[in-house]
Amino acid sequence: MKEALSLVQRLSAHPDSRCWFVSWSPNGTLLASCGGDKTIRIWGKEGDSWICKNVLQDGHQRTVRKVAWSPCGNYLASASFDATTCIWKKKNDDFESLTVLEGHENEVKCVAWAPSGNLLATCSRDKSVWVWEVDEEDEYECVTVVNSHTQDVKHVVWHPTQELLASASYDNNICLYKEEDDDWECRATLQGHTSTVWSLCFDADGQRLASCSDDRTVKIWREYPAESGQDLSWKCVCTLSGYHGRAVYDVSWCRLTGALATASGDDAVRVFKEDETANPDEPVYSLAAQVARAHNQDVNCVSWNPKEAGFLASCSDDGEIAIWKFQEEE
Amino acid sequence: VDGDGGCVGTRLENANPVIFQRSGDRVQTASEEDEDVHDPIDDREIFDILSINDPEHPLSLEELNVVEQFRVKVNDAESTVGIEFTPTIPHCSMATLIGLSIKVKLLRSLPDRFKVLNKQLADKERVAAALENASLLEVVNQCLSTRTI
Repeated sequence: MKEALSLVQRLSAHPDSRCWFVSWSPNGTLLASCGGDKTIRIWGKEGDSWICKNVLQDGHQRTVRKVAWSPCGNYLASASFDATTCIWKKKNDDFESLTVLEGHENEVKCVAWAPSGNLLATCSRDKSVWVWEVDEEDEYECVTVVNSHTQDVKHVVWHPTQELLASASYDNNICLYKEEDDDWECRATLQGHTSTVWSLCFDADGQRLASCSDDRTVKIWREYPAESGQDLSWKCVCTLSGYHGRAVYDVSWCRLTGALATASGDDAVRVFKEDETANPDEPVYSLAAQVARAHNQDVNCVSWNPKEAGFLASCSDDGEIAIWKFQEEE
Repeated sequence: VDGDGGCVGTRLENANPVIFQRSGDRVQTASEEDEDVHDPIDDREIFDILSINDPEHPLSLEELNVVEQFRVKVNDAESTVGIEFTPTIPHCSMATLIGLSIKVKLLRSLPDRFKVLNKQLADKERVAAALENASLLEVVNQCLSTRTI
């Protein structure tokens, strides 16, 4: 038995521009993409093929770096180099701009919704991470600004079940935050990468965190019972080294199968699987499939469909989106 | 590069640079003139592409010894170019601008398969953001404009 990645469809998503990020809606039926052309595009399936359903423009003055769906699927948040975050509301088949979150000094690099849908996190080149609270009237209020990194913050991601936030930075570190007395504080700093940490992803139950870096490695971190004086204890249990020829820009953990996909500056998309017989304290991952020339240029993002197992989207500096099917071959 | 474009001043930081002799014109070999022979991109070719104007002086980077041929490393087979450059004074605030100009010039000159490696400017996200800054892009374009003497 052998695994393989086969191409389902290629979309010219952001022509003459970069496609920076793709994100599946929670029910897996829509894919949002964003790019250097300052637009957000919404893709849906019609018949057997994926087509562009909406183009959201005029929301941002500069590159749209990331997009995130709210857990209910009715809102979309977009982070831009123009220093703002836009919130879009889905109305039937259309999207309307609801509000613009301002405050960061410069480029907003990432936005993420907490699993409850009541909290939103943003991060920026201004080195800060902001947590916003959302009320029933769709009002957004900044509740905390945390400055735990010494450089550009590249990515923020929430734990799938707890109110625990993780951030990755140009300072090579990962920070984990929890709320205490109405204030969000950095409770653990994970050190180990030797260059910019570009992205992070928790596994389905949140016991492990995968990080990827400009140092061409992927690291798997695991939560351990608290030690005295520290309430969060995460340790690196595995490093995937030697597989990527350039920076690893994104990592995605499939919530359905546990497969780990990576996007790299070497133009390749790779899928790793855990060896189930290994000791969970010393997990072993092996390369299950790869497409060496998945795109013509750097691959910026990989994202597993949350409902359809093995369905993977990737996007690249060449402006294209590719949709792949990962499956076992007879 | 921090994308702020704050490095553009009016005062010359290095008013009296030492001027280095330019290397001679490239000698064409017989195989290079033969259209049927695959002609890989080599170090000298990249060096010639880098006739970038120093933002402070009407001299090329080569004449200011900012870029030297032996520190241009090309691997045509692997589609990589590595360049080390020396600012004319240490900690020159123009260094990022020169580096950005080199990077933009190479990105515009080379086939897409090339990935431009530059330790200072490795963060493509910050380079992308910097190039959206209209005033900084204008200065980069000035640096890249053909010199008229």
